[in-house]
Amino acid sequence: MTRRVPTKPPIALVALAIVGVLFFLIPIVGLLVQTEWSELPTHLSSDIVLDALRLSLIASVLATVLAAVVGIPIAYVLARVPFRGKSLVRALVLLPIVLPPVVGGAALLFALGRRGVVGEPLYDATGIVLPFSMAGVVIAVTFVAMPFIVLTVEAALRNLDVRYEGAAASLGAGSWTSLRRVTLPLIAPAIVSGLALTWARAFGEFGATITFAGNIQGRTQTMPLAVFVALESDRGAATAISLVMVVVAVLVLVLLRDRWWGKR
Amino acid sequence: MSRRDPNPQHRRVSIRLGVLALCLGLAASACSASDEGAPLVVSAASSLAGAFEELARSFESTSPGIEVQLNVAGSTRLAEQIVEGAPVDVFASANIAAIDRVVDSGDAATQVVVFAHNTMAIGVPPGNPANVASLTDFDRHALILGACASAVPCGSYSDAAFSKAGVTPVLDTREPDAGALVLKLGLGEVDAGVIYVSDVVGAAGAIDGIDIPPSENVRATYPIAVIGDSGTHPLADAFVAFVLSDDGRAVLASYGFDLP
Repeated sequence: MTRRVPTKPPIALVALAIVGVLFFLIPIVGLLVQTEWSELPTHLSSDIVLDALRLSLIASVLATVLAAVVGIPIAYVLARVPFRGKSLVRALVLLPIVLPPVVGGAALLFALGRRGVVGEPLYDATGIVLPFSMAGVVIAVTFVAMPFIVLTVEAALRNLDVRYEGAAASLGAGSWTSLRRVTLPLIAPAIVSGLALTWARAFGEFGATITFAGNIQGRTQTMPLAVFVALESDRGAATAISLVMVVVAVLVLVLLRDRWWGKR
Repeated sequence: MSRRDPNPQHRRVSIRLGVLALCLGLAASACSASDEGAPLVVSAASSLAGAFEELARSFESTSPGIEVQLNVAGSTRLAEQIVEGAPVDVFASANIAAIDRVVDSGDAATQVVVFAHNTMAIGVPPGNPANVASLTDFDRHALILGACASAVPCGSYSDAAFSKAGVTPVLDTREPDAGALVLKLGLGEVDAGVIYVSDVVGAAGAIDGIDIPPSENVRATYPIAVIGDSGTHPLADAFVAFVLSDDGRAVLASYGFDLP
């Protein structure tokens, strides 16, 4: 596991990397140029922005928790349990990454809507309507974001030397103990980066949310939806909300990185 | 590691080729917009999508080699694109405010002409399962109700209709455009939504429509103008004339629009 760092990085590679970084940086500069700084406090203290920020934070955190509870077991089964049709199951789980989010949202509506395959019996039995609700936002966002933790954790499990778990077993650890005391600690960095990716995707989710959960301020209007609506009418508000999203996302991702991986 | 080319000379060449290909790709996509005989780009409001698709195909068939590209979105967004310099040749808006922005910024090359009107209707799933009768039903909490977002014309017209009817609606969703609302009405996920009469006609049976009486209704106005602050597309005037012609009017009428 020793790391050999070349003394001089290839110049062409560094040049291409700089071009790539500029590609990410320039749109942010565009956003900053468009921002009406003097109007910023007014925009940011508006009910629309505060409601949207609250909804976005709650929905993205709940989605990340749900994704961890279900996604890590999926990753474990995909990495460790041999069964037929595994590649099909893996493709299914990763599908939301490829699918346009609007299509994902429409599919959720067909399945879980009041007249949907699963939603109709649920509605008839309990009166619960998932679309147009906060629960609908969490479902839409989880659907789109969960593949990221599955992908990251499965890769880490595959790269893990099975001899560690073998040693634990030979010392008398049961499969649950070995998972808890050996496997999970070893892949903790992958779990954290998977959770960060999942959270980030959930925080920025737009298409599936507006298609499945609709758009009502204070109930289902998350930050991306608020930006989208504001772009139609009030560009100052739209750039202000975008700026909040950028700041929150950068803060979370940078803090996580420093906390869990250490500064490099 | 084993697949790496051992000859450093080759490696350098392949990196350079990669960079060259990237640059050529960027240049080609940047150039195509200013080619001779470029397609006519028509920005049309979302509610015009069906009618303008048909108008564009008919216009193309009037002479070989003509190509019309439709750019369909909310009128406010389309106006924004034009003001920001999008290469658009004709703009057909769903309200006066959006086209006024374009006129104010000096992007309109001709007079603005009103070519169609539209009114609002209540869209319901086929068979109207929730028995919605009028705008006054929009304060029933038990129903799932929708309208367009206030920021787009179909939403601001809906708001005006609600206020004329004296109703404070309890909406479950404000959709980004009427099309999204029509989808949810057709699926039966929304019990009633305020949309254009032309949306009911365009949905061709996927949803039912309930008339809103004139006393509670509002009239949407559709203006059109040729766009270009320096020179216009040679076919832009002809396209606008076609929209205003008897053939164009017949297409618009068949999609449920009123004609001036």
